[in-house]
Amino acid sequence: MEDLLGAISLQTLVNGLVTGSIYALIALGLTLIFGIMRVVNFAHGQMYMLGAFAVYYLYAEAKFNYVLALVLAIVLVGIVGYLFEVLLFRRVMRVATREENTMLLAMGTAILLENGALLAFGEKQRGVPPLIDGVLRIGEAYLPYSRLLVTVLALLLVAVLILFVRYTRTGRAMRALAQDREAACLQGVNVDRLSALGFAIGAALAGAAGGLLVTVFAINSGAGTAVSVKAFTMIMLGGAGVIAGAILGGLTLGFAEAIGYEAFPGSITYLIIFIGLILFLIVRPQGILGKPER
Amino acid sequence: MRRFAVIAVACAAVYFLAIPFAFRGSPYILSVLTNAAIAAVISSGVWLTFAIGRINIAQGAFCMIGGYATAVLTTRYGVPFWICLPLSGLAAAAFGALIGWPLLRLKGVYFSMISLSLTEAVRLAFLNGGKLTNEASGIVGIPGPGAVSIAGIELIPAFDGSSPLPFYYLSALLLAGTLLALWRIMNCRIGWVFRSLRLNEELASSMGVNVAAYRVLAFSLSSFIGGVGGSFYAVYQQNIYPASYTVTDSMNYMLYCFLGGLDYVLGALVGAFTLVLSFELLHALQTYQTLIYAGIMILAMLLLPNGIISFPMFHGGRAASRGGGR
Repeated sequence: MEDLLGAISLQTLVNGLVTGSIYALIALGLTLIFGIMRVVNFAHGQMYMLGAFAVYYLYAEAKFNYVLALVLAIVLVGIVGYLFEVLLFRRVMRVATREENTMLLAMGTAILLENGALLAFGEKQRGVPPLIDGVLRIGEAYLPYSRLLVTVLALLLVAVLILFVRYTRTGRAMRALAQDREAACLQGVNVDRLSALGFAIGAALAGAAGGLLVTVFAINSGAGTAVSVKAFTMIMLGGAGVIAGAILGGLTLGFAEAIGYEAFPGSITYLIIFIGLILFLIVRPQGILGKPER
Repeated sequence: MRRFAVIAVACAAVYFLAIPFAFRGSPYILSVLTNAAIAAVISSGVWLTFAIGRINIAQGAFCMIGGYATAVLTTRYGVPFWICLPLSGLAAAAFGALIGWPLLRLKGVYFSMISLSLTEAVRLAFLNGGKLTNEASGIVGIPGPGAVSIAGIELIPAFDGSSPLPFYYLSALLLAGTLLALWRIMNCRIGWVFRSLRLNEELASSMGVNVAAYRVLAFSLSSFIGGVGGSFYAVYQQNIYPASYTVTDSMNYMLYCFLGGLDYVLGALVGAFTLVLSFELLHALQTYQTLIYAGIMILAMLLLPNGIISFPMFHGGRAASRGGGR
């Protein structure tokens, strides 16, 4: 009996790490866009869905190499994000008198993407076959090599993003923009270029997460809103606009979900997570690592 | 002011007399208008939270609470609909006050994100409500409003479901009542306190305004309206499920306000009717319906970022005035 309990908990932790590392990727994309542009991208889940479908069609249907399919999916969703910023968000931000206007626009793009996907991809649930066969045994827990691969890829992408934001000139400019928009402008940071780039990277991260997680959970055209809600939960937990907070939030939600699904039937897990989130925000409204709102 | 009153009476006359007469043979159009009117009522509640500077994406949760309150009271305890309607509003308002007290400390996008989660949390709560809520199968067969008579005189006949007119009139009355109440609120002291909260909470607080209490007041009024709307819908549809109100519905109620215009009491009404009716008109386009609908929303944001009412035509060519309560 004790062995069984131990197996469950180790297996749960392994499962939590797999989803948590990919969730961190989703939260990072959302927090990047929010930090740079003060826009809550309600279409983030739809970007995820787009990335997942791109990988499904390229890898499962057109038989591309998985990594190549993933890279193409990331680039594709990145371009969508770039176009959204240049064609829509930039213009609305220029004429809007309330900052909430971009939120409505983001919701409009979310509905657009979701229904576009419904027309193009249909309503069917799509999954992809395992990338590699075989299972890794860690003590009492099992981890399919396929999941190990996507976890490693996700952690790799997180590391690349952190290095990019921390050590490159562009990354430094992005952080400056997130810290103080006006001061960054005065120092000659090209806001338009960086906003477009930031939006593209943020969207691309969501697409990457979709492309990775489609190997674990199947995808359908309507999955976007649920993913967006999860992404909001993660960045509220970790603190919006903070890179480390997004990673922490993503991992926390991944583990909470894995443990919850093990311990409770069905949808009770998320009910408990939301109640926990509300209680947590009463104590700490800015999230674990967030800065208090001025 | 007198011009405004004349226009209002004219609109009411058209809505209460001309439209029902013109479309008496087409229950479909009347039901679309009924839906639009209740959507306008519900989003008027959201409008009120906009007035205090909070983006409320939780209205679906309060509709759900109102709807379930009515469903449980009518089917299990045989309480008449006319008593359930205000009770459902009160139940939603009580929950709104309870949850709003801590949550309203959050501002901006933080509040909007947590309110979104609240919609989902309430949906999951009803989904896991056991015998009380019947879980995923929901509560069906909710009886229609019965007759009301005082001293043997029948004031309101029972809604027998053969004609769409009773529900049409009820929705129109609810809408008129909500708008009048909002207009009254926004033009008295409370309304100005609400506006001061939107502009600067710290300053309002330093002038002696009990910020927390007024925030909760606005939010529970908004929840009350949501609960009443939910109660109406539950009886109108004769059923309610945990899937009746999702995050998308909460977002829609908020979008109606946005698209109509946040500076005017009529904003929610204009937005709700424009979007609900255009959605129905696009029905002929079948699969492209929602796609075009999304396109309309994006275009509206690009061309009319401050709402349909801010369109210069409605102001005799003048720029829209800001912060007014009309």
